[in-house]
Amino acid sequence: MLNHTQKPNPKLFDIDVDQRPIRAGFGEGLLQAGKDDYRVVALCADLTESTKMDAFADEFPERFVEVGVAEQNLVTVASGMAAMGKIPFCSSYAMFSPGRNWEQIRTTIAYNNANVKVVGSHAGVSVGPDGGTHQALEDIALMRVLPRMTVVAPCDAIEARKATLALAKHVGPAYLRLAREKTPAITTLDTPFELGRSNLLVDAEHPSVALVVCGSLTYQALLAARQLAQEGIEALVLNLHTIKPLDREAVLDVARRAGRVVTIEEHQVAGGMGSAVAEFLAENFPVPVRFIGVRDQFGQSGTPDELIAHYGLDAKAILAVAKGF
Amino acid sequence: MSYLSDNERVALEARANDIRESVISMLVEAGSGHTAGPLGMADVFTALYFHLLRHDPTRPAWEGRDRLVLSNGHICPVFYATMAHAGYFPIAELQTLRKFGSRLQGHPHRDFLPMVETSSGPLGSGLSQAVGMALADARDGYESGRTFYCLMSDGEHDEGNTWEALLLAGRERLRNLIAIIDRNNIQIDGFTEEVMPLEPLRAKWEAFNWHVLAVDGHNMEQIVAAVHEAKAIFEKPTVIIAHTIPGKGVSFAEKHYEWHGKPPSKEEGERALHELRTLGEKITSEHQ
Repeated sequence: MLNHTQKPNPKLFDIDVDQRPIRAGFGEGLLQAGKDDYRVVALCADLTESTKMDAFADEFPERFVEVGVAEQNLVTVASGMAAMGKIPFCSSYAMFSPGRNWEQIRTTIAYNNANVKVVGSHAGVSVGPDGGTHQALEDIALMRVLPRMTVVAPCDAIEARKATLALAKHVGPAYLRLAREKTPAITTLDTPFELGRSNLLVDAEHPSVALVVCGSLTYQALLAARQLAQEGIEALVLNLHTIKPLDREAVLDVARRAGRVVTIEEHQVAGGMGSAVAEFLAENFPVPVRFIGVRDQFGQSGTPDELIAHYGLDAKAILAVAKGF
Repeated sequence: MSYLSDNERVALEARANDIRESVISMLVEAGSGHTAGPLGMADVFTALYFHLLRHDPTRPAWEGRDRLVLSNGHICPVFYATMAHAGYFPIAELQTLRKFGSRLQGHPHRDFLPMVETSSGPLGSGLSQAVGMALADARDGYESGRTFYCLMSDGEHDEGNTWEALLLAGRERLRNLIAIIDRNNIQIDGFTEEVMPLEPLRAKWEAFNWHVLAVDGHNMEQIVAAVHEAKAIFEKPTVIIAHTIPGKGVSFAEKHYEWHGKPPSKEEGERALHELRTLGEKITSEHQ
């Protein structure tokens, strides 16, 4: 089932699988990117520890800018620094950046083609107890609609580290979506990572459904695929970490082979990764598609497990949808 | 002490008048655009591009150049006209303003005109970008010697983003940063003090740890002297409140907020050009 050419974590389904927050991988990647390139700078809006910029800030205080609780300033100052040749990463919670400062991102970063990396942490309902105000479910839509914007949602901490390093080298505007909660290690250091090139985590000879997933729900998709396999249903699982630019080749391939597609994301169904997949398939290879995501609702307080179950985002919900069409 | 000789001053004033003429003729041709702000800021733009800025129109990408961020992008007719007169592109190209395929977009866009430092139009974010640029130089130890200018409107003080930028620049004590406010007291819906009062504007900026200067925005010597003073201030960023007359130089447009966002008609344009060419009938012949 697991596609070993992708070097997945061999302990993936073990009880004691290593679990770390996706945002922690960003922090490590940023520190490494700072060591690799003196032009890398980091800006934060009063959430330095929470968005895991603290290691970079400690190592490179002269390259770190605390802007205070001011997300509009966060991204526009970053645009100015990029104009002078810096490579700014600017972080906050996704609800506030890009939630609050979208027009500034559009005009001063995307329209200007500024080499700024917007990092939105604490995306999705799995933020948990903080409640709906802090659970960004719209950020993928907000960012992928912008011309020039690269949009990445890594599936675990290891992939987040690689994505951060890749974005530091990529020239152009980008959005990196992170989650708060601990996530099982799905990938390993040896798993290939390339922006715009998805990873087929589960392969099958005669698949009847393709699960296309990104970010924090990737593990849920894998659990669902394993259950499907036990019931004799072969599934593909494609980790579409880069939502834009879309890996058209891989999406086309899994749609052709499986004939049915389920997209899975911790985001509104409207405008998210699933929409991107559906837009592409509708024009190029129309197959039945079902969407796992939040359906036109806001989040609320609860534990992450309670919330992903409530909104129909967990393995059980994926399983039901995958078998139901 | 004067920073300008009489000859320099007279030449700058004449240049500003030429730029106003270009502004009028390009707006008439475009059939849309903003009139009051561009006319009001012609003297400040002239002082900057023809005396103060460290720049080279033949090498717009020169790394050592000063940076000028135009935050209130809607006054771009005067920005474009000044750049053309300074030699960045042909003056004839000004007549393409706002037309399909033109490099002179309705609001500045770097894709079309890479020699502008940033695209602008949506208000309130230019100062932040200038702060980011100045901060990048400051963190590199101020070694480049570049000065960062932000030209902004009074109306965009209504935007919260503006004050976020003030806070950060004040904390960082960005001595390489000079903001120049077009204090013309008008915005689209009326006079600034009626739409959303800004006074005491000086006290507000001082409270955010900026060095504040105020000048007559139509007095070349005052504009030049203020920038020299700003460069001498070591501990703080400086803001120059340039008191300007919206529509300056064209009697029927002066001080009328209705002229914020509309262009002159062909007939109004001819009257305006006549006034500019005769300096308001102070000289009898347009060719004098």
